[in-house]
Amino acid sequence: MTRFPKLFLLSFVGLLLMTGCETIPKDALTLSNESLQQRQIQTRKYETTDEAKILSACAGLLQDMGFNIDNSETKLGVIVSSKKRSAVNVGQQVTSIALAILVGTDMRTDKEQLMRCCVITRPTGEKGQYIAVRVTFQRIVWNDKGQISRKEGLTDSKIYQEFFDKLSKSIFLEAQEL
Amino acid sequence: MKESYRNKTVLILNIVTLLVIGCATTQQRLLDSDSSQVQLRSIQTRAFDTTDKEKTLRTVMATLQDLGFVIDQADAALGTVSATKLNRYDLRITVTVRPRGETQLLVRANAQYGLKPVTDPQPYQDFFSALQKAMFLTAQQVD
Repeated sequence: MTRFPKLFLLSFVGLLLMTGCETIPKDALTLSNESLQQRQIQTRKYETTDEAKILSACAGLLQDMGFNIDNSETKLGVIVSSKKRSAVNVGQQVTSIALAILVGTDMRTDKEQLMRCCVITRPTGEKGQYIAVRVTFQRIVWNDKGQISRKEGLTDSKIYQEFFDKLSKSIFLEAQEL
Repeated sequence: MKESYRNKTVLILNIVTLLVIGCATTQQRLLDSDSSQVQLRSIQTRAFDTTDKEKTLRTVMATLQDLGFVIDQADAALGTVSATKLNRYDLRITVTVRPRGETQLLVRANAQYGLKPVTDPQPYQDFFSALQKAMFLTAQQVD
C-alpha cells in the first residue's frame, strides 16, 4: 500500500530537482583572502610606459604557447585567447579499463579540453611608470560521452611563474626584433 | 490491472506538477520579461562620481579578475566588458559603463548563473562593494 505515495514522492523530488532550485553561491561575487593572493600570483609589473609593446609581446607569447586570439581591445589592454587540446589521461584510462574488467562498470574518461587565457595590462604606479600584466587561465573538460566533466579556474602558481618567465623572454625577443 | 492504474496516476500527477512549476514556455525565456524592468535596473545599476570611462572599464576588469573571472571580451567604444567564472558552476557577467549627466558614470552589471538569470539583489550588492573599493569611489544607488 505504501508503494504508491513513495513512487510519487520520488518522482516529484526528481522533477523539482530537474526544474531547478539552483541558486548562485553566496561567495560567488565576494572578495576573499585568496583573491589578494591570487592577484599577486597572477600579476607582474614591468618598468615601461609603452603598453602597446607589452601587449604585443603578450600576443606573441600566446602564439608561442599555441593559443589563438579570440578577441582583443588595445585601448583597454585586453587579449582573450583559447585553445583546444586532448584531455586523455593515462591513469584515468587504466582505472577505467580495470573497473570494466573487475566490476563491469563503465567509467567515463576525459577526452578533450578547452583552455582559455586572458591577459589584461594596465598602467600603474604613482606616475603610471609601470605596466602591470595580469593573466588568468580557465578550462572546460569534456568526457568521452561529450559531457562536461570539469569547469575550473586554474590557480596553480607554477603555471603563472612559467608564464611570466616566458613573457620576460618574449619582451626581450621582441625588443631585439626576433 | 491495479498496477498499471497506479502508474498512470503517478504519470498524470507528475504532468500536473510540471505544468504548475514550469508555466513559461521555452520561447518566453527569450525576453525574460517576468521581472519588473525598473526593479531589475535598480538592482543592477550604480552611479559613480567620475567621467573617466576608460579607467572605469579597466577597474571593472581588474575587479572581475579579483573575483576569479576570465574576461571574454571588452569594447572601449561601446563601454562593455563580458567575463566568465568557472568554479564547478559557470557564472557569466556583462558590465556596461555609460555617462549619466555631466559628472557621473552609470555602471550596470547583469549576470547569469548556469542557465538562469541572476535577479537576487545580494550578488550585485557584493559585486559593487568590491568595485567601489577598487574605484576608491562610492557606488551610489540610482532610483
